[in-house]
Amino acid sequence: MADLRPARAAAFVPLAIVALFALPALRPTPLPAQGGTPHAIVNARVLAPDRVRLQFDAPLARTDAANFRFTEGSAPDAPVPVTHVESGPDGSVTLTVAQTLRASERYHVEVSEPPLSRDVAPSAWMLLLTVFLSSALINNFVFTRYLGLCIFFGVSKRVETAVGMGITFTAVMVFTAMSSWAVDTFVLQPHHLGFLQVLVFIGTVAAVVQFLDTMLKKTHPALHKGFGVYLMLITTNCIILAVPLINAQAHASLPEAFSLALGSGLGFLLAIFLMSSAREKMELARVPKSFEGLPIAFALAGLFALAFMGFSGLDFLR
Amino acid sequence: MSDTAPPPGPLQLLVNGILHENPVFRLALSLCPAVAVTTTVLNGLILGVAVLAVQVLSSVTVALVRGAIHPRVRIPVYTIIIAVWVSAIDMTLAAFFPALYAQVGLYVKLIVAFAIIISRLEVFASRQPLVPSFFDGLGMGLGFLLALVTIGAFRELLGNGSFAGIALVPRPLLFFALPAGGFFSIALLMAFFNRIDRAASGGAKRPAAGGSHHG
Repeated sequence: MADLRPARAAAFVPLAIVALFALPALRPTPLPAQGGTPHAIVNARVLAPDRVRLQFDAPLARTDAANFRFTEGSAPDAPVPVTHVESGPDGSVTLTVAQTLRASERYHVEVSEPPLSRDVAPSAWMLLLTVFLSSALINNFVFTRYLGLCIFFGVSKRVETAVGMGITFTAVMVFTAMSSWAVDTFVLQPHHLGFLQVLVFIGTVAAVVQFLDTMLKKTHPALHKGFGVYLMLITTNCIILAVPLINAQAHASLPEAFSLALGSGLGFLLAIFLMSSAREKMELARVPKSFEGLPIAFALAGLFALAFMGFSGLDFLR
Repeated sequence: MSDTAPPPGPLQLLVNGILHENPVFRLALSLCPAVAVTTTVLNGLILGVAVLAVQVLSSVTVALVRGAIHPRVRIPVYTIIIAVWVSAIDMTLAAFFPALYAQVGLYVKLIVAFAIIISRLEVFASRQPLVPSFFDGLGMGLGFLLALVTIGAFRELLGNGSFAGIALVPRPLLFFALPAGGFFSIALLMAFFNRIDRAASGGAKRPAAGGSHHG
């Protein structure tokens, strides 16, 4: 690990993102059996904005609206009226309901003849992937939420230092977010100490950074030599405090908090890598005198932000 | 700025914070909120007031207790002092301006990680008595407030066609209200201040804004 150069490690980041995109496609989908009465609802998912697609293992005999009961996961006693039923080939049935549905919510569907039922919920992996991609690309902390700018502009002059910073930041981000999540869930929330959030989280962040610095110095001196300089800078990065605050505000579960931390860290790595590459090229450009230094860097960040707006169309739960 | 040097006068300290060492345009410190909340003048104003209050209160607190802080633990102590005042200001704003707070709430909490505040404590308030520290904090806070209001006015006028909610221009350029527009606005304003500064100093070589990075 010590001789793994940061620049080479960064080349794997886009690969990892592509691999994550491909993951849902690898899930095995059971083939529907032909003939007979259906024994199970094989698959159920929400189609925006008000339709639900059910996949039975055999064609369904009764496809009138009265045969289905559709409820929200949070209100199982109040059924949502089914307005239209459309059966497709291979035992698939599409229900249209009188309410706008959200792909990230949980619903429950019951069939009275034959008696079958199933939860309609996005898979946990899908949810985590959404949180991850949203924090890394769609709501990139640097380009759309403007956080961590001090370090983003300060450490993006050379690719090598930028990538070192990005990797250290991602690792520390995961550690601090996990400890802050634990403190928030097990200490602050049970004792209604929410008003101490700022004070406690900044303390947690500082303590974790100090701890990692000491640990790394003793156990992996070579690694500390490479990445130690960035560790102390990290406490002044607003993202490191913003992620615990966002997690606490959303009452995130542990996996959600983890994927938000990982996504925001990798998003920062991506942003600072792109920026440093562009700034190295700009050394050769002739910039107007008044724009030298930070102003042109801001204009550059603006162009990147414009490009990142394209990611806002990404929606995986559709 | 050693212990023996006489502290500058209050007026000089104020002008220094607003012009020569303006936190946003000259020192390029604490930029995150400067881009994030400045879509309108009012948002810029409320965050500017919060920073001003935190800066003055922390400077005064540190100046009062500076004799009692051991140099080796000074940074954690400063952080705790700032965090306490940020929590207080955060709750005050949430109670009195709930509508505005809903938009800038996260950034008010993040004041605790602002480099500008802790750097003023380290550079100035930990070495100077109460009164100069107060004026230094006031100058820096006002400089930050003015910068935020300037950027906010620029972006609201161009992006929304209004000033403090009063419609002025019929066909605004939505671009400036978007995230990317925030970056471009700061680039243009910084270049503008650089230009003025170069003209004022008669072309004499002065470091460009943001030449020094302090985290």
